Amino acid sequence: MSTTLFQIPPRQNTIAITPSIPEAERKGLTKKEIAADHPTWCPGCGDFSVLALYFKLIEKRKILHEKITTIAGIGCSSRFPYFVQAHGAHFIHGRALSFASGVSLSRPDLHVFAFSGDGDAFSIGGNHFNHTARKNVKMTLVVMDNWVYGLTKKQTSPTSPQGFKSKTDQWGAKDRPINPMKQAISAGATFVARTTHTNPNHVLQMMEAAMDHDGFSFIECLSECVEFYEGSFDASNPRKGGKFELVPEAHDVSNELAAYALAGEDFPGKFGIFYKSNRPTKNAQEAEIINDIRSKNQGLKDWQILQKSFDRMK
Amino acid sequence: MSDTVLATQAASGHPEASRIAEAVIRIAGNSQDGIQAIGGFLARLAGRSEQEVMTFMTIPSTISGGPSIFQVRIGSGEVLSSGDEADVLLAFYQHSYDEHTGSLKKGGIVIYDSDHVEPNPELQPAYRHLGIPISSRTVEAIGGTGKDKGKNIFVLGLVAKMFDLNVPKLEKLVSERFTGKDASITQNALNAFHAGYSFQLDSAWQTFRFVEGQKRGAQQVVMNGNEALGFGLIAAGVRFGAGYPITPWSDIMELLRRELPKYGGAFIQCEDEIASISMAIGASYAGRVAVTGSSGPGISLKTEALGWAVMAEMPLVIIDVQRGGPSTGMPTNVEQSDLNIACFGGHGDSPRVVVAPANVEDCFYTAIDAVNIARKYSVPVVVLTDQAIATRIEAFEQPDLEKVAQDISPDFTPVSDFKPYDLQAPDGVTRHLPPGTRIASGKYPVVTGLEHDELGHPTGSPKMHMQMTAKRRMKLQALSNELPLPKVFGPSEGQILLVGWGSTQGPIREAVEKARAQRLAISALHLKHIHPLPNGLDKVFSGFRHVFVVEMNDGGLYGHGQLAMILRARFADSKIHGVNKTDGLTWKVREILDQSQALAARLAKGGA
Repeated sequence: MSTTLFQIPPRQNTIAITPSIPEAERKGLTKKEIAADHPTWCPGCGDFSVLALYFKLIEKRKILHEKITTIAGIGCSSRFPYFVQAHGAHFIHGRALSFASGVSLSRPDLHVFAFSGDGDAFSIGGNHFNHTARKNVKMTLVVMDNWVYGLTKKQTSPTSPQGFKSKTDQWGAKDRPINPMKQAISAGATFVARTTHTNPNHVLQMMEAAMDHDGFSFIECLSECVEFYEGSFDASNPRKGGKFELVPEAHDVSNELAAYALAGEDFPGKFGIFYKSNRPTKNAQEAEIINDIRSKNQGLKDWQILQKSFDRMK
Repeated sequence: MSDTVLATQAASGHPEASRIAEAVIRIAGNSQDGIQAIGGFLARLAGRSEQEVMTFMTIPSTISGGPSIFQVRIGSGEVLSSGDEADVLLAFYQHSYDEHTGSLKKGGIVIYDSDHVEPNPELQPAYRHLGIPISSRTVEAIGGTGKDKGKNIFVLGLVAKMFDLNVPKLEKLVSERFTGKDASITQNALNAFHAGYSFQLDSAWQTFRFVEGQKRGAQQVVMNGNEALGFGLIAAGVRFGAGYPITPWSDIMELLRRELPKYGGAFIQCEDEIASISMAIGASYAGRVAVTGSSGPGISLKTEALGWAVMAEMPLVIIDVQRGGPSTGMPTNVEQSDLNIACFGGHGDSPRVVVAPANVEDCFYTAIDAVNIARKYSVPVVVLTDQAIATRIEAFEQPDLEKVAQDISPDFTPVSDFKPYDLQAPDGVTRHLPPGTRIASGKYPVVTGLEHDELGHPTGSPKMHMQMTAKRRMKLQALSNELPLPKVFGPSEGQILLVGWGSTQGPIREAVEKARAQRLAISALHLKHIHPLPNGLDKVFSGFRHVFVVEMNDGGLYGHGQLAMILRARFADSKIHGVNKTDGLTWKVREILDQSQALAARLAKGGA
């Protein structure tokens, strides 16, 4: 049989090297080293601020290029990976979380970040959002929520408020919008936080806390679309006469019902960590299954384990 | 093969038993009667006795119950198909008797459960009838509580007696089957077996004994196609998979879920088909080729992500266990009607690889080939198997696992610089660097579904789209050059060349053997690599007057099945015609011959 037919040649398009700076002496990256393509977003877009704070997170926490993986689906927000100088993937619409789960579950050594928009995460990718949260796959998801489809130029999104006039709801949106925080809490996300692009320090705080969380960490970041939904978040921006209120200190983040109540507040609501729990991750549970089973086959090579299975089929 | 009923050879040294070379036994009952288990025992016994074996089964798509059959063909020579007609029918119920006596050879033996079956007097002269109170004798043997559960094992005992099978080996198989269960269950099973074995047959009933199988050097293993494929993937080094349940693919995902952790891997059950392929692609990107799979409807759902894998040039293995019809169709029947979606499904120009295993053994090796093609050409590879090969059991020579098992761990060696979509790469083949690999230049790649430049960054350049489109196609042309030209089965010149693919190899070969025995100039060619095709097929075709493509799919609007259409498009050769069927069942040898000869006769008269 043709098992030797397809010989894999060694890497052809790379030159293996011993890097001049040894691993131990590498310093963190500068903003210049982390930035890749110039963003294609419109001037004034809230997404710039999320990108800047992602750079800041990488800088501050001294994460090296190759230790992060940035993954996105489709939408304005999801152009993100091209702007970051790191391994990244720009996947299909709505499925970034499934792709990111494949990376996370097979590579515990990487920080996996997914960036998404409201349409990508809650409409076409709604099912994956629920199940990735439920499975508690270790990664951080930032949804840049602008309440509108921007890339396709102003259609109603699943988070558009009722009455919002879009090209697909000329008389104002009729459908009840999704509440991302409620969605995340009820789906079983173990870290649920809310922030807004107009408060950079708060965005960074949330990103750091999310990255440090062992599990599926979700941040809803309000990110204004100045082109198609200008002024959407003014009520949350003190510079525009709005209010930016933090989650009260007395709030118990482990209390699911309290978190749900917080999520039900009228806009602009509160900002901060709504909910956090320490349920075992899918990653840890799979590792446990592997460790249990492998303890029975210690010292055997893979082909010998396979041989044992074949011996039972004689 | 078995043209006469249990063709007996000169009895020697064993006065009561006639010597036979092979037998086809069909067991008909309901799906919860455990008739698959009898078939499984017989198949494994054959494997342990160095005999050839092939099985065929149908299962109803209802949740519980419904008529079901299991056919097993055991032979001392080469067994290529599960047999057109049965030598022996075991009928548990009236409906089993009524519906399946027609599949028996004239003069064949029908053994029926006289507790349930009223034999038809009109059929008495055509078949030899043997009524045995199978249900009540089983209850008697096991005693009380089990009702008639275990009658499958009683029947196994009967068959063992009738065919003089190796009792200690069968006892061992029965005991192994119930390992880990209550000892009384094993004892009950053995009691039922012995009750069947010691049932006093009328002295007029002959017993049979198989001619010794040819001694083989290596040991045989016995499994079905889904198992062979699953273990092949593991041998190939696959350690991650994701899927969603659908018949008949689910067996593979269940096997991988159970087995992969032994090797440090994982198989994840996802919320849907799209998540499954997406997760598998993510894992492939992370450095090691991953697998996903499904059957028809699920494959449709996966096609957008498959297109991404083509565009991003990501290696991936996708198993499609084909079943019948579009939409929900015939979930527990067989068809080869996913060839088009496997080769062309999706939007845009999206070249990918399609391979199809020919038998159970080939499922194992095809899985390894698929993984290696995916890695070598950085491309998704669809493995087109089907319901028939998935569920049929065959015995084959145990692979040299130490030799074939491969380690495909990712390479994280730092590099100086890297362009994932290098247009100068030999044959246009992309090699990805897994995340986690340090790149000294500080320029990191993005893998993407947008048309991109060599670094993976988006471009709207018309020239770049032309170059990248050509790059994705050229690498498959390079693969074409590497593919071996399949050998013709039979002489390389003649009247008719039967071209087949996938699970039909056995019956087509048996058809050729039969035809040759009748001095008909018919040969066969089996294609394992469907897309791209190997080079040089036109030269093979030139040796024949007709090229008939035998497929289990519809003849199509223009008179050609799915592979026939591709071969016609590729070679523009008007002697290529389709021989098709869509009854959801495997090819009978006779059907292949009858249809081919009828077609040849029509063509000779100037028809098509």
